[in-house]
Amino acid sequence: MFVALHSDLSSFGFFSIVYFIYEIEVHTVSLSFLSEDIRMKNEGEASEQPDNTAFTQQQLPAWQPILSAGIVIPGFLIIGLAFLGIGIGLFLTSQTIQVLEMDYTGVEKDSPCFQCTMQSVQNCTCEVTFSLSALFTGPVFFYYGLSNYFQNFRKYGVSKDYYQLTGDTQYFKSPRDVCFPYSHDSKNNPIVPCGAIANSMFNDTFELYQIINGTKKKVPLDGKGISWWTDFNIKYRNPSSVNGSFASAFDGTVKPINWPKAAYELDLTDPNNNGFLNQDFLVWMRRAALPQFRKLYRRITEGDYAGGLPAGNYSLTVHYNYPVLSFDGRKKLVFSNVSWMGGKNDFLGIAYLVVGSLCVVMSVVMLIVYAKFKFSDDDDA
Amino acid sequence: TKLNFSSALEEERHVRANDRDYNERFSYADNRIKTAKYNVFTFLPINLFEQFQRFANAYFLVLLILQLIPEISSLSWFTTIVPLVLVLAITAVKDATDDYFRHKSDQQVNTRQSQVLIKGKLQNEKWMNVRVGDIIKLENNQFVAADLLLLSSSEPYGLCYIETAELDGETNLKVRQALTVTSDLGDDVAKLADFSGEVICEPPNNKLDKFTGTLCWKDNKYSLDNEKMLLRGCVLRNTEWCFGLVIFAGLQTKLMQNCGRTKFKRTSIDKLMNTLVLWIFGFLICMGIILAIGNTIWEQKVGSDFWEYLQWKELTINAVFSGFLTFWSYIIILNTVVPISLYVSVEVLRLGHSYFINWDRRMYYSRKATPAEARTTTLNEELGQVEFIFSDKTGTLTQNIMVFNKCSINGKTYGDVYDEFGHKVDITEKTPCVDFSFNPLMDRKFRFHDSSLVEAIKLEEPLVQEFFRLLALCHTIMPEERNEGELVYQAQSPDEGALVTAARNFGFVFRSRTPETITLYEMGQAVTYQLLAILDFNNVRKRMSVIVRNPKGQLKLYSKGADTILFDRLDPSNEELMFTTSEHLNEFAGEGLRTLALAYKDLDEDVFDEWMKKLLFASTALDNREEKLGALYEEIEQGMLLLGATAIEDKLQEGVPETIACLTLANIKIWVLTGDKLETAMNIGYSCNMLRDDMNTVFIISGHTMLEVQQELSKDKFSSGLDMEKTELYSSDSVFEETIIAEYALIINGHSLAHALEADLEQILVDVACLCKTVICCRVTPLQKALVVELIKRHKRAVTLAIGDGANDVSMIKTAHIGVGISGQEGMQAVLASDYSFAQFRYLQRLLLVHGRWSYHRMCNFLCYFFYKNFAFTLVHFWYGFLCGFSAQTVYDQWFITLFNIVYTSLPVLAMGLFDQDVNEQYSLRFPNLYRPGQLNQLFNKRKFFTCTLQGVCTSFILFFIPYGAFMTAVRDDGAHISDQQTFAVTIATSLVIVVSVQIGLDTNYWTAVNHFFIWGSLAVYFAILFAMHSDGIFTIFPNQFPFIGTARNSLNQKIVWLVILLTTVVCIMPMVAVRFIKADLYPTQTDKVRLLQQATRKQGPQEQNLRRVRRTSSRRSAYAFAHQQGYGELITSGKNMKVPTSSTSTYPLYSPTRGLTGTSSASICKCFRHQKH
Repeated sequence: MFVALHSDLSSFGFFSIVYFIYEIEVHTVSLSFLSEDIRMKNEGEASEQPDNTAFTQQQLPAWQPILSAGIVIPGFLIIGLAFLGIGIGLFLTSQTIQVLEMDYTGVEKDSPCFQCTMQSVQNCTCEVTFSLSALFTGPVFFYYGLSNYFQNFRKYGVSKDYYQLTGDTQYFKSPRDVCFPYSHDSKNNPIVPCGAIANSMFNDTFELYQIINGTKKKVPLDGKGISWWTDFNIKYRNPSSVNGSFASAFDGTVKPINWPKAAYELDLTDPNNNGFLNQDFLVWMRRAALPQFRKLYRRITEGDYAGGLPAGNYSLTVHYNYPVLSFDGRKKLVFSNVSWMGGKNDFLGIAYLVVGSLCVVMSVVMLIVYAKFKFSDDDDA
Repeated sequence: TKLNFSSALEEERHVRANDRDYNERFSYADNRIKTAKYNVFTFLPINLFEQFQRFANAYFLVLLILQLIPEISSLSWFTTIVPLVLVLAITAVKDATDDYFRHKSDQQVNTRQSQVLIKGKLQNEKWMNVRVGDIIKLENNQFVAADLLLLSSSEPYGLCYIETAELDGETNLKVRQALTVTSDLGDDVAKLADFSGEVICEPPNNKLDKFTGTLCWKDNKYSLDNEKMLLRGCVLRNTEWCFGLVIFAGLQTKLMQNCGRTKFKRTSIDKLMNTLVLWIFGFLICMGIILAIGNTIWEQKVGSDFWEYLQWKELTINAVFSGFLTFWSYIIILNTVVPISLYVSVEVLRLGHSYFINWDRRMYYSRKATPAEARTTTLNEELGQVEFIFSDKTGTLTQNIMVFNKCSINGKTYGDVYDEFGHKVDITEKTPCVDFSFNPLMDRKFRFHDSSLVEAIKLEEPLVQEFFRLLALCHTIMPEERNEGELVYQAQSPDEGALVTAARNFGFVFRSRTPETITLYEMGQAVTYQLLAILDFNNVRKRMSVIVRNPKGQLKLYSKGADTILFDRLDPSNEELMFTTSEHLNEFAGEGLRTLALAYKDLDEDVFDEWMKKLLFASTALDNREEKLGALYEEIEQGMLLLGATAIEDKLQEGVPETIACLTLANIKIWVLTGDKLETAMNIGYSCNMLRDDMNTVFIISGHTMLEVQQELSKDKFSSGLDMEKTELYSSDSVFEETIIAEYALIINGHSLAHALEADLEQILVDVACLCKTVICCRVTPLQKALVVELIKRHKRAVTLAIGDGANDVSMIKTAHIGVGISGQEGMQAVLASDYSFAQFRYLQRLLLVHGRWSYHRMCNFLCYFFYKNFAFTLVHFWYGFLCGFSAQTVYDQWFITLFNIVYTSLPVLAMGLFDQDVNEQYSLRFPNLYRPGQLNQLFNKRKFFTCTLQGVCTSFILFFIPYGAFMTAVRDDGAHISDQQTFAVTIATSLVIVVSVQIGLDTNYWTAVNHFFIWGSLAVYFAILFAMHSDGIFTIFPNQFPFIGTARNSLNQKIVWLVILLTTVVCIMPMVAVRFIKADLYPTQTDKVRLLQQATRKQGPQEQNLRRVRRTSSRRSAYAFAHQQGYGELITSGKNMKVPTSSTSTYPLYSPTRGLTGTSSASICKCFRHQKH
């Protein structure tokens, strides 16, 4: 019988794989069919008779878990304790992370960049100063932040041409429709890179100085590798140079309307950081999920500052180009360091602590309920 | 003149025999049957047309069209078309398979062979080539190919016998007789070929028992009625051959006209589902409106200031229009709340459940090699909700086999078996049978277990001999002896057959009869009795007698009949014996046997002569002849001597009382609707344990007028109402009330039912009937059966199930929510009309309590989960709307939206829907009250729907806002930002897939290997597809379609992303677990309890199950159960149905060797019988 059943099972492909796990249960199931089996065989004619397999008879061996007190209450307790542990870890780690945030939009009259908010001012520069009372442990990351900025707006999001950005010059001449109205300029020249995202690229630039005894010491900012590896290496490709000149690849196209210079002029010093592979461009093109976001601007990893920003006074020169006040947006500068869990994130730690304690409380509540109202199974049937 | 009737409605049918040219002018239907819907060429267009008539499919088509409008297209076209094509394809494949089988069965019927007279020769033709006006020849046991006018047959007087089981479910033989003019044609092919009669008759209709027409032949007109028709579906019996003229063919035959289009049955869950889908649709529109308004406001307050970076200053004319477009965009995005795969998944589930029914070996009847069959695949879950069962009796509850079981002869009972200690032994298959080998003419199938009766026969006890002699003489059976000793009895009722067969085995073999003699072989000796008179049975008399003269010249009257009737006519000296016999009868009746009392009387020669003269006189009377004859019969059947009593078992099918008891425990009400007599029906009611002695009252409604019925019904209602009030005084507890209801039974006959079903009374009928635990309707017509079912459907809103085996049950089977046919019988009509079929009534228990309950449970869990899943999946977009300027930006990757329902989450829930077992089959049967939730519709209703959608909404909220909170400021551990759209999408999508997988894990009670495989497999497939779609390779091929390149590996390598996923999963799942645990602890359902018990016993190992045995406790006296019709007595004495008419019948009717006088007189009686007949 045992052998027969095995062959039955193996006709169902993968059942035989897991067969051994259920060996014992299968055996008990099969016995109940023994008597009927013999009778059927004696009848002789059995062409219409359904197959006697565990599958057809709905007797597949199975694990039948029940939410019993023995599993649920300890389960809650264990999960609760684990979450509390994680929560404490996250919270403490989060506390060690240093963050320095400065709004430089210039809304208030006394703020350093107030004069740059005037429409008339061109190429405005302003200076933001701050001081550190203690060492800002490195590596320090330098972010810019925007709020009330809808990079996640659907039509904004689709407004780019993937083919252009993979360096396919065929699409330079005729950008895809989704880029409209940033596909052609007023003279009907095709725009490269086309679309709203590229057009709205963030173009404030910053220089950081440490003020030592009244003299400014430039803090080197490292802009390499701030974008995702895949964006830089696979997703975005520059067009191949025509006659040795990178700029010629863009012949017959114009720069995005809001850009001061063309894509091939984004970084003339470093050909690896130019065109569509410009790190700032790549960072900008990775759209934020939420209307308030920060993007990495530079790392501070070099020279004297590799170990962090020492205590002292600092000055930040801002080349203020990017208008946000028209839609009540805000611009921020953020310095931060990171831990194993990434940047500062109090939410997660607190959420783990709350959920963990709730689980522990629930396990106690369930224990009480169970002890008090445990139903006996003598009243059924 | 050329007639053309083809276009207009046929008012009259003209058929000319052997004249195809003439008949073809009318374009009558030919004999081809077509039930298939499509052929190869029409399949695609018709099937697609049908599919798009479905609301859901049409809806998705509209969505698809909307998506092609670039202004509002928030999703790519493939997100809808891939699932839609899949759904359409699966449905089309299923339809095509169904139709293929219909083609096959059509083909099989159409190619049956029949012999057709063409150009003066008999030729074999396929059924489909038979035309109206053809003459065809039928042979014994052949199916009738079309509706025929009987022309001639092998039997004398143009008689022929048919069995109409396929048409009306009656298995007894019926006689048809040809016109004399045509029966003279005989089997002379030349004459038949010359036959050129023209039949003018009614147009095709569905009345099985009515036919009017005239035959014009040789300037004579002969009227035709139903007695001359052989209808398609009948089987020719005991007739070597017959010829018939085709009147109606193919779809115009009465059989096919009765097979109206099968009503498309839908389950209540189906209807609920449609309502819910409409609600969801409304909800979807509401969400669309909310978001559209949001968009309008946002555009005015925020968006209009944003033009420097976004382009809508040029595009958008105003905010309101933008809102309008947004509405449609959101309709497209949120369309997944109306689950496209819902319908197709439900179909797949039902198909799977149907296969499980087909495969069930415990519903396979090995003796007839008949497996159970789910003929419709759309009703399975309703099997778990049945509240009313309407059952046919004959062939369904009973086997329609009568077995001579016991008897009482001269105050001594025979038939029970006792062991050596004098204890009664239960008779089983293994009990040794009495050896009848002393009797070469015995019937081998006959079984009797008590050897003392044979010993009594062998000892030649005179009364025992007289007992069996009576059984062998007093009946109207026709014997047929094909080979020497191979006797076949043609009985009109199976009861008589059983009695005569018993006599045959005990050595009193009824061998042959002529109109005036009966020849018995008494213990091997041929003895010929002269048959002087048959005092036939009728409803009033409830007895029949014969008067015979034995070879010794003694005159004897033998009588058998209802005990109450016979006891009144006994000789006073019999009183003591009558008392004993009466006790025995009580005993027999208590066992549910059908009893008859037997008595005899020696007749005095002079008295008989005197009586015979009076009879002769009475039979020639012009008025009140029936009554006068009745009075005369009464006169001679007096002062009889009691011989004993017989007990016939109307064999119940196996396990019927147990099944009924079990179904009753499951709170299913069982009504028996039967064409049988009141007494027979009650008898079966008692033997099935549906009627019991301890019942308070058994109401019998048998009024003949509306008023009577009304009085009887309201009387009942009044009295039960009184009881109900009493009950309420004690307690208003419904459980208590039910125990009171259990005490009542209602039995109503066909006449009364006809009145009770009228509009005025039906409400009362329903009220009264539902107060009763048992309802039996007897003498009902097929139409009434359907009306009763319809009545309950209308008034009780309960799920009804009708079960039957014969064509007379077809209407009821079609009307009920679920129709079940008993297969393996001769007729197939019921099975063909049914939704489920199996061979034994007892399988109903398994069908409902195991398969039905599981199906319902699975379907409900499936639906709950499905709605939950889709809400959780879709509403994330709603929340996101508030943070993305209501721009209809999707949270997820488009591919994820395309695949979520059909790949990532479809299989685990399908596996759950197919294999889940909350309680295993043994426990399902052991605790019938587990069936209750289905009847109360507790597992899936509007409330449940709200609960599970609310759970879905909460899950979507958590799914969105936990990542939102975490990603506000999140950066990677290398400082790069990850709060971008794509990482956000992958995080939420991964959380969603994990959460719904855990949820299905929680919902699965029965983890088979398949469940494991699908659940783990789905997760694995999700990650595999995720990484594949985010891989470099696929991006380089289609850069435009797979913009998510690298997202998976850049986000899922971050601890913070996994911490978010873990947190989200736990927050979504844990409350659900806690709620379920506490609920099961505080308010455990029956299922919870049984599951716990089941787990406990599984741990302890299998225990001995105490099977519930049902005892028949009835001691009620069964009434007369003589399912017999009047009619054969005349045929016998007239000699009409005798194969070899003796010369005496025609010339000198009753030549009697001994006594001329009686001979003459009985001849005259025979004559007057004939007069009576015509």
